[in-house]
Amino acid sequence: MNKLNFAAEAEKLNPLIPHTAEIIVGAVAFSLLFFVLRSKVVPMFEKAFTARTEAIQGGIERAEKAQLEAQRALTQYNDQLSKAREEAQTLREEARVQGVSIVEELRAKAQEEAARITAAAHASIEAERQQAVTSLRNEVGALAVELASKIVGEALDDQARQSRIVDRFLDDLEKSK
Amino acid sequence: MLALVRSGAEGEGFVPPSTKDFELPPIFGENPYTTKPIFLVFLSVILISVFFIAASRKAAIVPSKLQFAGESVYAFVRNDLAKDVIGHEFLRFVPYLFTLFTFILVNNLFGIIPLIQFPTMSHVGFAYVLAMFTFFVFHYVGVRKHGLYKYIKEIMFMPGVPKAAYILITPLEILTFFLVRPLTLSLRLFANMFAGHLLLLVFILGGEHLAQGAIGLKLVSPFAFGIGIVLTFFEFMVQCLQAYIFTLLTALYIAGALADEH
Repeated sequence: MNKLNFAAEAEKLNPLIPHTAEIIVGAVAFSLLFFVLRSKVVPMFEKAFTARTEAIQGGIERAEKAQLEAQRALTQYNDQLSKAREEAQTLREEARVQGVSIVEELRAKAQEEAARITAAAHASIEAERQQAVTSLRNEVGALAVELASKIVGEALDDQARQSRIVDRFLDDLEKSK
Repeated sequence: MLALVRSGAEGEGFVPPSTKDFELPPIFGENPYTTKPIFLVFLSVILISVFFIAASRKAAIVPSKLQFAGESVYAFVRNDLAKDVIGHEFLRFVPYLFTLFTFILVNNLFGIIPLIQFPTMSHVGFAYVLAMFTFFVFHYVGVRKHGLYKYIKEIMFMPGVPKAAYILITPLEILTFFLVRPLTLSLRLFANMFAGHLLLLVFILGGEHLAQGAIGLKLVSPFAFGIGIVLTFFEFMVQCLQAYIFTLLTALYIAGALADEH
């Protein structure tokens, strides 16, 4: 009896005999997990992988493009720069030439002006001198005549009288001034 | 929990752990759907689903720590198992292999997680189910790829073998493809988990028993616990390895079914 029970128990506890409940639950649970992972998890991870690959490849392509663009821009700027330099050179040359000519012109003008002013001054001095000479001549003539008449009018007998007459004349001159 | 289940442990000296320790009674009455392993299987489904849905929800190019962790597991199955073994058609088998790997891994790890401490796969029913799925998957793939006639013919009559050798090879091949493969798959997984759990029980329950004994035995008990701890680490390795092997062999069988010549 005991032996039988033991055998029955051993039969029951044979670990290689599966429980029906466990087979059913195992199948259901595994299928459930499979559908969850397949529909929710795998697509998302694949999406992330694809996005990452694309991001890396796209990044490389973009970088190459940007480098080309930069190269192009650099050449362009260099061209522009050298052109600008040339232009500046030309402008400077022109300005220099122009400056020289302006200075030359101004100098000529100034010289001309100076010459003109000098000439005018000379002319006016000459005229004034002429005028002075003329008036002096007239005056000296008149004075000579006056002096002569005075001398002639009085007897020029002695030295003292002569000098008095001259003094008086000079005094008169002084007064008449 | 085990202590509750173990019978006759008191007063009769040490009762070594046996297959009885794997027979956990239903938690609610007599209902066979309420045993610990069954709850654990559902728990694993919930844990895996929640973890990977949370990890993959954003699918960002620059992953967060959580996404990185989930992705690492996924990428391991996808690239190191599926891609390397199956080749260019691997992508459509990734969901199955991924489910297989995570399901087995988590259920195995239950064996050393404190308070749970029961590897679900030590109940052979679950291992049978998984082997059955793999069995159907790889035969289905082979039939779809080559047609039923050619597929069976190539299994039974391996090309490039002298005709006389078929007497020996044909029965072996049939046995391999239809019996040995699913059986070894399931039994390997089951036996590893079963033996591992038994081993841990021996050292940990033994250590407990020694601690209650005479003074000389008390001194030995820490060594038993120490070995129990070392074996726990060893079990961790075995549990990961078994999940890997099961998935790897499934991938190999699928690759074989897809190949032009078996």
